Amino acid sequence: METQNNIDVRERPPLSNARLAILVLLGAETMLFSGLIGTFLVFRVGNVTWPPPSHIGIELPRVVTGINTALLLISGYTMFQAWRAIQKDSVKQLRNWLLITGILGLLFLGIQGSEWVQLIRKGLTLQSGVYGGIFYVLIGCHAVHVLSAVIWLFIVLGMAMAGRFSADRYTGVDTCTIYWIFVVALWPILYVLVYLS
Amino acid sequence: MHDNEHTSHHEESFLRKYVFSLDHKTIGKQFLIYGLIMFFLGGGLALLFRWKLAYPEKPLPIIGVSQQYLDEGEVVTGADRMWERIYESDEEEWLELYMPAGVMTDAFYNMLFTMHATVMVFFVIVPILVGAFGNFLIPLMIGTRDMAFPILNMLSFWFAVLAAIIMMAGFFVPGGHAAAGWTGYTPLSADAQWTGVEWGQILWGLSLFVQGLSSLVGSINYITTVINMRAPGMTFFRLPLVIWSLFIVAVLLLLAFPVLSSAIVLLVFDRLAGTTFFTATAEGGGDPLLWQHLFWFFGHPEVYILILPGMGIASELIPVFSRKPIFGYRSMVYAMIAIAFLGWIVWGHHMFQSGMRPGLGSIFMTTTMLIAVPSAIKTFNWLGTMFRGSIRFTAPMLHGIAFVSMFVIGGLSGIYMANTPVDVYIHDTYFIVAHIHYVVFGGSLFAVFGGIIFWFPKMYGRYMNDVLSKIHFWLTFIAFNCTFFPMHILGVGGHRRRISNPLAEAVEVVTQEQTFADMNIFITMSAFTLGFAQLILVFNFFWSMYKGKTAEQNPWHVNTLEWEAPTPVPHGNFGQIPTVYRGPYEYSVPGEEADWTPQAQPEHAPATGGD
Ligand code: HEM
Ligand SMILES: [Cu+2]
Repeated sequence: METQNNIDVRERPPLSNARLAILVLLGAETMLFSGLIGTFLVFRVGNVTWPPPSHIGIELPRVVTGINTALLLISGYTMFQAWRAIQKDSVKQLRNWLLITGILGLLFLGIQGSEWVQLIRKGLTLQSGVYGGIFYVLIGCHAVHVLSAVIWLFIVLGMAMAGRFSADRYTGVDTCTIYWIFVVALWPILYVLVYLS
Repeated sequence: MHDNEHTSHHEESFLRKYVFSLDHKTIGKQFLIYGLIMFFLGGGLALLFRWKLAYPEKPLPIIGVSQQYLDEGEVVTGADRMWERIYESDEEEWLELYMPAGVMTDAFYNMLFTMHATVMVFFVIVPILVGAFGNFLIPLMIGTRDMAFPILNMLSFWFAVLAAIIMMAGFFVPGGHAAAGWTGYTPLSADAQWTGVEWGQILWGLSLFVQGLSSLVGSINYITTVINMRAPGMTFFRLPLVIWSLFIVAVLLLLAFPVLSSAIVLLVFDRLAGTTFFTATAEGGGDPLLWQHLFWFFGHPEVYILILPGMGIASELIPVFSRKPIFGYRSMVYAMIAIAFLGWIVWGHHMFQSGMRPGLGSIFMTTTMLIAVPSAIKTFNWLGTMFRGSIRFTAPMLHGIAFVSMFVIGGLSGIYMANTPVDVYIHDTYFIVAHIHYVVFGGSLFAVFGGIIFWFPKMYGRYMNDVLSKIHFWLTFIAFNCTFFPMHILGVGGHRRRISNPLAEAVEVVTQEQTFADMNIFITMSAFTLGFAQLILVFNFFWSMYKGKTAEQNPWHVNTLEWEAPTPVPHGNFGQIPTVYRGPYEYSVPGEEADWTPQAQPEHAPATGGD
């Protein structure tokens, strides 16, 4: 009954409720990251040497993370392909592209996790001043978002397997794609700011 | 058409209907009751510490020991007996810790003012204005059957309940509740060593984080619903102003709250994981001022979140009871948008004293002053609406007028404080406290009261008792001004805020003057009157729910769509979705028979009222 609100009397709005809602949600996510990125910049600009003198010797893994960045960007492309596939009503392609995207997402998380383990071994921890602190909180916050995007994606994949989507019924794929693209698009900004600056 | 499905009575279990309801009206009422309960809690905390400010060393009445007991150790009252018992037992009792013999400790005083403001801002004003009125009014006034996402809507309420539980739990953890003010300034809040508060501050943060989630799902719902689900003919510029205000507030909440959430995340890491984001240390440490920037970047939009729906409600009440169109509808909308926009670039006016480059200070001073322009536009529009109207001094209208006049006083004191050189002197004094309360109590709360009385007939099908409403209004209005106006004088005189014992020697000499002590006593008396006056409201509210005079469908002769719905409003709201033909404020249109022309009335048809 909830889904039929006003369908009886209103013409179709340009953006569906679900799509609009997810875009609105991304507004909030953007502000959450703005707060954390702002914090990063305050520390980055406020310190004459970055990393601060006490951490010289601990290098962030730029190259590996660069490769990882590429993986994530590719996953954005494959997600887009999944979205295109269901528009062409190809559930099989949808499943394949979703699966590839999910694996890329997991790979990204896995590589990042192993990098973290090494960094911690080398001595860069949450408690290593604001350099370590904001690194783990900012990058970790993004990782949590990737993780939730992956979980969401696998739910969508499950729904796809159950045949819940078609060319004119794919809200689940649609919203998940928008979210995924957001999480992917955010990453290069963080990579440049945190790893390269 | 699916109309019959919506209005038909299908069986709903008690849980579905009253507890885990998906109906926007029920959720709105839940938020209202929630807000009122928290209102009494927050108010009670305030009365407790008002006692301390008037009589710093004297035991509280009722729960404190008697004078005889203090002087001669003679047990005369029940409270004396209770304290005897507490002293004899070996266990550390809660009361003994915070109010030995009924005299509040300084530490407890700090918790009380912190929690008073936190509760009032996050658990009373926002849940009532946005949660209750937003939920109840948006679908009804834009002409739709429910919110876009009823399940999210329900979640929004239950997140709010969870947040309240977490917040209240803070009183009972070791170390006591958060005591660093509602603004939670670091480094005070960042490290337990300054306040002795351990888990209280963390629970404070977690609770606000959860409340943020509640706001988030709420705003997603409101924004989607207003954009996508308006009735046919309901263009944006035919929306009632209260819907405009709630829409703008939803956007503000959506964008502002996550910034506070990010700050809270950092704070909780500081507390639990040993980071030093907000503590300056010798090696690679953080910046205490960072918190202030993050907090006020959220906090200033937040204060507009507190006032904009109040402005919206006043904009409904005033035309209805002046029987005139609102003056300058579009300028009202643009003024709200301007206020919402400017709200993002003024946060520094809370930090003039925290240290910033003088150039930056003047930028913040200028942008802050700019906000006075749209605020003044709105004020003159309200006055213009009343000017030569046939004003009906009903209880809701009295509240509407009180809103406008109190907001003017609060706005004017705001202009004082916006001047950096003036603020350097009055910052952190009772002048600020006076300002806050003129805008938030004098503004938002009067609008809330007016709105409750105004929409009560639609919510519960009955009127609230008029005599009681008016007694409540006048008592509140007078006691409010007696409570908060003298604070301007205290503040200019140098009386600092957040000082538990204004008579203590350590406090600046100036506050020891007898006049100030007398004024503090007067304020406390007025505050107690103000508190007790609210009991009338609550009695009236619950009594009228069952015993009030039955109301017709459109008792105040209002144009907007919510009054087209039958009373009590059924699940699904409208039999058939109305079509909108005109703006919301066409009162006393020349040539029309009746002095109101409902939005749903087709052109040139005879007026149809509700009754
Ligand atoms: C013309 C409009 C306004 C101006 C120019 C203005 C200006 C200011 C300034 C400069 C301060 C900081 C004073 C200080 O701490 O030294 C302040 C504090 C405050 N204002 Fe306003 N204000 C205005 C309207 C409002 C409204 C509408 C609200 C809320 C509904 C509000 C709520 C507050 C609160 C809660 C504080 C105190 C925060 C704290 O330190 O605890 N103000 N205002
Ligand atoms: Cu402000």
